[in-house]
Amino acid sequence: MKRTLTLSIALAVLAAAPSFAQKKATIENVPDIPFSSVPNFLKLPAGEYLGESVAVATNSKGHVFVYHRSANTRLFEFDKAGEFIKEIGSGYYGFEFAHSVRVDKDDNIWTVDEGTNMVTKFSPDGKVLMVLGRRPPAVLGVQNAPPTGGNAPAQKYIFCRPTDVGWDLQGNIFVSDGYCNNRVVKYDKDGRFLAQAGSEKAGSALGEFNLPHGLQVDGQGNVWVADRSNFRYQVLDNNLKPIREITNLGVGWTACISAGPHQYAFLSNSNPNGNIPGSWDITGEIYKTELDGTVLGKFGHAGKQVPGFQVVHMMDCRNPNEIIAGEIESWRVQKLILQSTTSTAGGAR
Amino acid sequence: MKHMMPALLAATLIAGIPAGAQVAEIRFDSVPNALQLPAGLYLGEVGGVATNSRGDIFVYTRTGHPTVTIGTARPFAHGGSRLFQFDRSGKFVREIGKDSYGFMFAAEVRVDPNDNLWVVDQMTNMVIKFDRQGRVAMLLGRKAESVPVPARPATGDGSGQPTDLFTRPTDVAWDAAGNIFVADGLGNARVAKFDKDGKFVKSWGKKGTANGEFADVRSIAVDAQGNVYAADGGNKRVQVFDNDGNFKTAFTNVGNAQALCITKGADPILYVSNSNPPNDIDRDGEIYKMHLDGTMTGKFGRAGKLLKEFGTVNAIDCREENTLYVAEVGNLRVQKLVLH
Repeated sequence: MKRTLTLSIALAVLAAAPSFAQKKATIENVPDIPFSSVPNFLKLPAGEYLGESVAVATNSKGHVFVYHRSANTRLFEFDKAGEFIKEIGSGYYGFEFAHSVRVDKDDNIWTVDEGTNMVTKFSPDGKVLMVLGRRPPAVLGVQNAPPTGGNAPAQKYIFCRPTDVGWDLQGNIFVSDGYCNNRVVKYDKDGRFLAQAGSEKAGSALGEFNLPHGLQVDGQGNVWVADRSNFRYQVLDNNLKPIREITNLGVGWTACISAGPHQYAFLSNSNPNGNIPGSWDITGEIYKTELDGTVLGKFGHAGKQVPGFQVVHMMDCRNPNEIIAGEIESWRVQKLILQSTTSTAGGAR
Repeated sequence: MKHMMPALLAATLIAGIPAGAQVAEIRFDSVPNALQLPAGLYLGEVGGVATNSRGDIFVYTRTGHPTVTIGTARPFAHGGSRLFQFDRSGKFVREIGKDSYGFMFAAEVRVDPNDNLWVVDQMTNMVIKFDRQGRVAMLLGRKAESVPVPARPATGDGSGQPTDLFTRPTDVAWDAAGNIFVADGLGNARVAKFDKDGKFVKSWGKKGTANGEFADVRSIAVDAQGNVYAADGGNKRVQVFDNDGNFKTAFTNVGNAQALCITKGADPILYVSNSNPPNDIDRDGEIYKMHLDGTMTGKFGRAGKLLKEFGTVNAIDCREENTLYVAEVGNLRVQKLVLH
């Protein structure tokens, strides 16, 4: 009894401190994918800095969008070669604490802001086309989002620290929401609520979430969710019914699905914010898999110096052999050139 | 007693009719890109929109970033809203009141018959009159010196301190003599009357559901006879008072009344928005067009995110009866509507 008690206290402490959460991937014999990091990929104008570079995405022309936490959260656009083009959304009401940027098939730019609880669709030239969610009104004073249970289930159109956005080919919108709600929400292309999986309460059964932290939709319309504090990824069908889980790739920070007829998934076992000694030895690698779950290879490791990764928060993988990774703790975006896995023999599961 | 029954029954029936039942749909269009913002300028939640006699369009919006300083004797708050002017074609002209002490949480902007610009701010609790050149001409209310963190909840019965200070005011209007009426508002639940020089005359109303009481006062308009129309959205009605605040009647078939506008001219029209709550676009949202006796002539629109749909309308400009500007909280925009 005494032992059980100690264990439950330890578990409770663990649950209360998810930022230290780390998990060694249990999969074995995964081949390494050779890769290199492009030196000084993004060229910033003099006097401009990136903050925590939590979000990165490319459009069809290869332009790179970085949504980052500097003194004010900002959205920068770079060209394919990494030359700075312009800033989008300077001073915009929906920007306070960046979490995700994604580009849809029509090159619209979508930001997910964990501070304002807003998801914003910008046109390719940076005009606001649609907003989901609402910024908490300042007139109500300083509020702290609750650690969990942010919203009653009926709050179809209000988020609580949302994390990511994706779309299926019909244009339906999927939002992972988020740090205090623990759900995935589906809207039609006009922003009307259709369905949700999970709820404001965290859970570990299939179809439940504990910090859904990243989200992508594959070409079949299946929804991939990085279920971070459950140390797994879940794959849901288009109506948000769970299909399967992936539990052997570590912690489950973020997911990326590549473009093109043959899609791959990239899944990051990022090192935690706050590392105990030895943490870097078992975290930081990114896995490349087939959509059926077959693991093709892995690359990278935790570290502060290039090409190490310091808490990869989001990846762009439009081209599966050119990964662009945004890191929290190094305030950096790396472009990674991967050797194609078509020549890589075998696979692991 | 027997006599009264039918009247009572009728009143109950009227009150029981859901908003919008059996009201004709008015065909309308939304003009795309009605406002052209310069690159790098964005609207946030739009509290107010109004036009002047030349057709210039004024937009008071919650954007910028409301900021509380720390490391100070008390927390001081500033910023958070901006006032933009566009010409009648929707081209951006200028910003007015940049970094004003009184701009924090946009509630409303209105233009008086002399083309002065009146801004109502829900967080600084101020009503600011700008002259045509954009200079501050008169102030009502006062901003709290420091902002409590977290904000102090509204207390009392909503009748306000017996003073000329506001708690979350929402709107302003004038009668033909220039008397000023302030909807006060979401913290208090009263209407405050000032003379044309800003001297406090009286106020009426408190929290409640009886005639002359309000759940809140979200918008206000005055007709040519000086009658005062107050949007009591929380009680799902518009109350009508005479110029001294005596209750006359109430329109109870308009839903969550949040924005009012009365047209000028011989046969004035009252527009009332049954605004959807900010957390739901699957209900409400339509705007009613009615005569000042409460007779409905039609309705249009619904809640949503597309053009011709509305996201919590907070203000309507109706200088022209069939060309309206509506300010939306939910969709961070102003729509220009043409009614057919």
